Amino acid sequence: MVGLSLYVVGLFSLVTYNLQIALSTIEERVEIVVYIRDNADQSEIDALRAELMAFDEVAGANHLSKSDALERAQRDLPEFGQLFLESEANPLPQSIEVALKPENRTPEVAAKISQAAQDYPFVEDALYGEEWVDQLFALRRIGFAIAAALGAVFAMVAALMIGLALRIAIFARREEIYIMRLVGARSGFIRGPFLLEGALAGLAGGTLAAGLTYVSYRGLSIYMSDAAWIPFNWVAIGLIAGSLFGAISSAVAIHRHLQEV
Amino acid sequence: MIKFTRVSKEYPQRGYALRDVSLYVNKSEFVFLTGHSGSGKSTTMRLIHMSDLPSAGEINVNGYSSNRVTRRDLWKVRRLIGMVFQDFRLLPGRTALENVAFALEVTGAPRKAISGRAKRLLAQVGFTPEPSAVVEQLSGGERQRVAIARALANDPDILLADEPTGNLDEHATREILDLFQDINKNGTSVLIATHDTHLIGRHPNARVIELDQGRLVNAAQAEAS
Repeated sequence: MVGLSLYVVGLFSLVTYNLQIALSTIEERVEIVVYIRDNADQSEIDALRAELMAFDEVAGANHLSKSDALERAQRDLPEFGQLFLESEANPLPQSIEVALKPENRTPEVAAKISQAAQDYPFVEDALYGEEWVDQLFALRRIGFAIAAALGAVFAMVAALMIGLALRIAIFARREEIYIMRLVGARSGFIRGPFLLEGALAGLAGGTLAAGLTYVSYRGLSIYMSDAAWIPFNWVAIGLIAGSLFGAISSAVAIHRHLQEV
Repeated sequence: MIKFTRVSKEYPQRGYALRDVSLYVNKSEFVFLTGHSGSGKSTTMRLIHMSDLPSAGEINVNGYSSNRVTRRDLWKVRRLIGMVFQDFRLLPGRTALENVAFALEVTGAPRKAISGRAKRLLAQVGFTPEPSAVVEQLSGGERQRVAIARALANDPDILLADEPTGNLDEHATREILDLFQDINKNGTSVLIATHDTHLIGRHPNARVIELDQGRLVNAAQAEAS
């Protein structure tokens, strides 16, 4: 039962990790595109670019001329290639594509940079996909919060189960414990085996959970080839946490019992 | 050795089990603690063993005061005391040797010496069946001998016996009392709680402390030194 509870925690970890990877991939696309009017001077554009580069959060600012934009459109949208060729004037604007540093790819930073760019009179608009970025980050926050909350709940359930199992074990050995107290055994001598038992129960449950989670991952990767296994340090932390929960649950159970004897 | 100074013990649901009791048990004394059921005999035993602490007053056992001893140090007091009960309180399903050895194991006796010492203790108390006999196979008298052997595991200064012959026949009762006398002759203080006046009558030289509804009846006898 402990293993099953921790298995649920493992599944949440697997989902959380893969969600984190998926969102990181999308986050890489968080960038600001500053659309510049056709009549802007090159010196003005260079000045804007330099100012944008001066922000600590900005990794790079790349100027895309009108011809660069057309070239990209023809490459990325071949189905419209003929249309662009037939047009006499290039309808596509020049722009500065501002890339953010990975740790700064947030709606707040994107909004700040966008607002700074829009202060320039020759800037037509500065967009960062506000609607989907805001929703993306909201989804991420909600997703992680739910995963963390449910993971914590199931971890607590596992701890409670270990505590319950230990209480049953302590009850089964209450006569021995009574005699130990009677003849003058030290408290540490009485507690020690139960603490160890609790820690081992937690470790065993954690190991089983890790195994079941891995089996689930292998099953999942048949249908989702890009599913990733959780990092080894997460597994290690899970095993240590399982042992710790077990030991703590045991300590609480034996402490309450010893208070009564 | 054992000193009660104006000790009272009150339980929330029961009220006072002991009221203002002062008594003294000297080193190597043989004492009966008597009174009707509910007079406070078992409470007195529990307080000496510090399984419970007094509501008022002070208990001193070989220098350890109930008002100063910490929970962490209770094991030191309990190793000075061996306890024997009416219902023996042996570990079921285990042999006589295992029951005695258990007390030695949990108090840190050297592993290699445990078996030998347990056998010697059983011999000391006159246990004649095989040490490998399971306790359920033993008579009442034999079980009590095992319990006494276990109580002697730490070579205690004090032996407390709470109605030790309550479940025994006449013959076994005499034998167990003789055993307590032998233990006392070796220097261990013995305090026996009993309501059996016939038992007390067989030992006219022993001091008797009498309780009635939690109070001392014979204060002078209680404080004799």
